[in-house]
Amino acid sequence: MAKMDKLLRGILLTAACFIIVLTAGIVYGLVSQSWDAFASFGFFRFIASTEWDSRNDIYGALPFIAGTVMTAVLAILFCIPFSLSVSLFNGEYFRNKKLSLFVSSVVDLLAGVPSIVFGLWGFYTLRPVLVDLGLSQQGFGVLLASIVLAVMIIPYASSLSAEFIAMVPNDLKEGAYSLGATNLEVIQRVSLPVAGSGIFASYILAFGRALGETMAVTMLIGNTNNIPRNLADTGNTMASIIANQFGEAGGLKLSALMVIGLLLFFITASVNFIAKYIMKLVNR
Amino acid sequence: MENTINTGYILELKEVSVSYTPGKYAVDKVNARIAPNTVTAIMGPSGCGKSTLLHAINRLHELYPGISTTGEILLKGENIFRMNPMKVRRLAGMVFQRPNPFPTMSISGNVLAGYKLNNISLNKKEKGLIVERSLRSVNLWDEVKDVLNKKGTFLSGGQQQRLCIARALALKPELLLMDEPTSALDPISTSRIEDLILELKKEYTIIIVTHNMSQAARISDNAMFMYLGKLVEYGTTRQMFTKPENKRTEDYLTGSFG
Ligand SMILES: Nc1ncnc2c1ncn2[C@@H]1O[C@H](COP(=O)(O)OP(=O)(O)O)[C@@H](O)[C@H]1O
Ligand SMILES: [Mg+2]
Repeated sequence: MAKMDKLLRGILLTAACFIIVLTAGIVYGLVSQSWDAFASFGFFRFIASTEWDSRNDIYGALPFIAGTVMTAVLAILFCIPFSLSVSLFNGEYFRNKKLSLFVSSVVDLLAGVPSIVFGLWGFYTLRPVLVDLGLSQQGFGVLLASIVLAVMIIPYASSLSAEFIAMVPNDLKEGAYSLGATNLEVIQRVSLPVAGSGIFASYILAFGRALGETMAVTMLIGNTNNIPRNLADTGNTMASIIANQFGEAGGLKLSALMVIGLLLFFITASVNFIAKYIMKLVNR
Repeated sequence: MENTINTGYILELKEVSVSYTPGKYAVDKVNARIAPNTVTAIMGPSGCGKSTLLHAINRLHELYPGISTTGEILLKGENIFRMNPMKVRRLAGMVFQRPNPFPTMSISGNVLAGYKLNNISLNKKEKGLIVERSLRSVNLWDEVKDVLNKKGTFLSGGQQQRLCIARALALKPELLLMDEPTSALDPISTSRIEDLILELKKEYTIIIVTHNMSQAARISDNAMFMYLGKLVEYGTTRQMFTKPENKRTEDYLTGSFG
């Protein structure tokens, strides 16, 4: 028995160490291949430059950073009203009722849909709608990508924040009701403020997803290497430029893509870390 | 106001029953009348329906579907089931077993919570007066007057409970309902709250659930003894502790069960 125990421990320890080594390996791979670009352009010049010129081998990441931030911020803005309503619906008003269980299983279903499917839907269903509405000439661009991104992150934001809303202690709600508050007042003044940091963390986590989402965005953003000037404009995100060009890239260009990959790695990692940290504070 | 007949009682319970599941009564046909400016203790073994009865008085059961309350409850002669439930809850303030100050609000914010939650706007002066009056009435003012903007949850358990009492009193209720308000507190905080209850009696009518018999003996004028949802005995505390009428009451008070 003790022998089995030891063996099992050994296996688990090896697996755990392997994960750490793997992560370190990924970072090492990205860093080592980024080196050329770092050496040629310097980090700050690289992230501040708008040039992406294959002929002269000059690269800068600003358009993609801008595209990433724009789409992710817009997506979270579009997402908030919907996911807040859904999470209040599931976490407070219709908590544990049949309808709410149905709604949350639909939300879970949505969370499991592969991003290529969202991309297809955006491309063939939503894009023509934007064109018909006159919001954009071709339909491609930041707006289209952001709307689809929003739909993709709504499930994460709403199911997580519903959990935080449902976690608000009953004591507090009863305390508020016993002072003569209505449903709405309890939500406004007690449930939402108490669940506030948790809800905030849910949105940060959803934001992190939006930052890194690749497939759907690549299909919808229009893939041009400029800073988008308006919502209807096309552009590229950090993820989509990599997805678009990694196959044909070599030399300095590949190295530049590696830097973008490395940046994306650290940005999403820190966003996730911040969200998890807030959640830990909340759960204390 | 057909029912507003002044009988001299502030609260009358007529055949009050509450069931969580159909056919099972957690409170079973309770009849009682309570005079103003008295402290009434509700005693009885755990699960006998004390909290359930208390929650019926400020219509808290209506927050949960499936709980049915029948009978009549008259507050100053008026049937509470014909009143606006929000108004009933303001008139019958509730203090819970565990102190439950709102963690996102400051100390003064907690005292004013009833106003804020009811969207009653007050000017700065009114706010200051209500905060000071309410905190003074629970003897908390001197301890917190310099930290009114700090979160209420930084206070000790006993202070938090007094803050919760202040929060209920801020709305000038007719009745103060307390559900084992000292069961989560240390002996010193407990005795402060007991003293406070005796003081508050001058202005308010208090119903307190307790399963601490000596507490009931110390602070209450009248006592109810409940068993399995029924009000077994109700009379002056002195009489109940000296010569209880019911055998079960006697057994409970002498510690034979419970
Ligand atoms: N929310 C509830 N749902 C179902 N049954 C409950 C609920 N709350 C209390 N009860 C039942 O009602 C009875 C009375 O409970 P309660 O009023 O809390 O007793 P006490 O306060 O005297 O300890 C108990 O049998 C308890 O199990
Ligand atoms: Mg109880």
